[in-house]
Amino acid sequence: MFLKDYISDIFNAVKSLLTGMRRTGYYFTHHKEIITQQYPDTKQILPERFRGEVIMLHDENNEHACTGCTACELACPNATIKIVTKFDVSPEGKKKKALDTFVYHLELCTMCNLCIVACPTDAIKMAQTFEHSVFDRSLLTKKLNKPGSKIRDGVE
Amino acid sequence: MYRQTEIISDYSKVPSTGGDLGEAGDLVINIGPQHPSTHGVLHLVITLSGETIKNVEPHLGYIHRSIEKMCESLSYRQFIYVTSRMDYLSSHINNHGCALCVEKGLQIEIPERAKVIRVLMDELTRLASHQLWWGAMAMDVGALTPFFHAFREREAINDIMEETCGARLTMNYIVPGGVMADLHPDFQKHVKEFITLFKSKIDEYDELVTGNIIFQNRMKNVGYISKNDAISYGCTGPTARGSGVSCDIRKLYPYEVYNQLQFDEIIENSGDCFARYLVRMQEMRQSLSIVEQLIDNIPEGDFVAKTKAVLKLPKGEFYSRVETARGEFGVFIVSEGGTTPYRIKFRSPGFSNLSALNHMARGHKIGDLVAIMGTLDLVVPDIDR
Repeated sequence: MFLKDYISDIFNAVKSLLTGMRRTGYYFTHHKEIITQQYPDTKQILPERFRGEVIMLHDENNEHACTGCTACELACPNATIKIVTKFDVSPEGKKKKALDTFVYHLELCTMCNLCIVACPTDAIKMAQTFEHSVFDRSLLTKKLNKPGSKIRDGVE
Repeated sequence: MYRQTEIISDYSKVPSTGGDLGEAGDLVINIGPQHPSTHGVLHLVITLSGETIKNVEPHLGYIHRSIEKMCESLSYRQFIYVTSRMDYLSSHINNHGCALCVEKGLQIEIPERAKVIRVLMDELTRLASHQLWWGAMAMDVGALTPFFHAFREREAINDIMEETCGARLTMNYIVPGGVMADLHPDFQKHVKEFITLFKSKIDEYDELVTGNIIFQNRMKNVGYISKNDAISYGCTGPTARGSGVSCDIRKLYPYEVYNQLQFDEIIENSGDCFARYLVRMQEMRQSLSIVEQLIDNIPEGDFVAKTKAVLKLPKGEFYSRVETARGEFGVFIVSEGGTTPYRIKFRSPGFSNLSALNHMARGHKIGDLVAIMGTLDLVVPDIDR
């Protein structure tokens, strides 16, 4: 009885081994099923919804759609966004609240997309970048509105 | 009664006979906090007699981020993203549980389309989680190849998630009232491609690992836990179902569209590591069948219900539960009527499952401990929130 078990154990082990090796042999001869990508040489195109970092959209006249309403600042769970507003004086002498600086702390951001959903004017969106490493942490604090930019006419 | 463990700094003071730390000649060793087989920063203090385990004591606290306390300062929309960081492999299902609890408090009806999308994403997440578990567990017991096989198929799910939700792991796709964005136009096509791909691959999984005699010898009659013990330790999910406990929340307390779906609750009765392994392998096929049933039947309509800009739950206590890849995940919210919860408690499956580890591992060899931990499918940030 002992001898029978012993031999059947050896037989089963060899059988298992061969089953496993058959898989290995299959992939050895089928190179097309190898899916490794050599990262810096071939870069995958990321889908449009991928959340990389928050950017502000500017058109060709260097105008954005941000009214400075701070909806994104309130929606953010990690205090990633800080909006500094100023008062623009129109030619008629009326004072109007406008965006001065859109401060974005990439180092605090968890890419939860809540600010994008909260924005009533679609001024900000997520960009498909992912290589965020820099040598100094202070470089990760960004000013999203470009210098000299102003709010697009008609956006309230 | 919880007993504070003594941190042994001076071995000469360890009592030689009797005492809490065992008899003379026993060896107390640490596994972790940094150890490849614990899958995270889990610290196990093990009392050994020779190579036989006499006691296993998990020490927690290395990745405690006080998520429950953090949630008290976040609004009902904001706190959901934090729960992705608990059980990061079933982050969708965690978010789902939280959203269900908030919806229960607000008493809002969510659209049919959102329900189906949520269930589809839940099951894809469960598949991805079980795939990773399969690879990591086979690696724990010494087979390295399955890890790469598992990650290859998991990549397909991650790509689907990335396309629709915008992220691969911490999606934050489910919001109170529905889902954050509509499905990507290519979603159905890619999921169907994945189904045809994975159907052949899961047979390959069985061929490579399940049928392997060396693997079966490592798994069978190791880490036994009886049905009664599984219940009294509070085990849920595949860990308890491997011992014959019927505890699938999707069957017992159906949420969303689970009561309209055809699927089986997988129960194995032998209670050892191999039973827990088989439960998870069968669950993968069940999840695949659920995805197959739903992918062609996504109703048209809104993907999110209209909700107020600021959510305020009425005064009271709300509890909801979902079935994650590891077991029952419960969310308990105490609201005082404000915009933030007064108190949130998460019932995470990993914590209760880990508590049974001492019971399972006692009397086995130290190499079996790794196999037992593998079949418990521990995710440490889930245990230690």
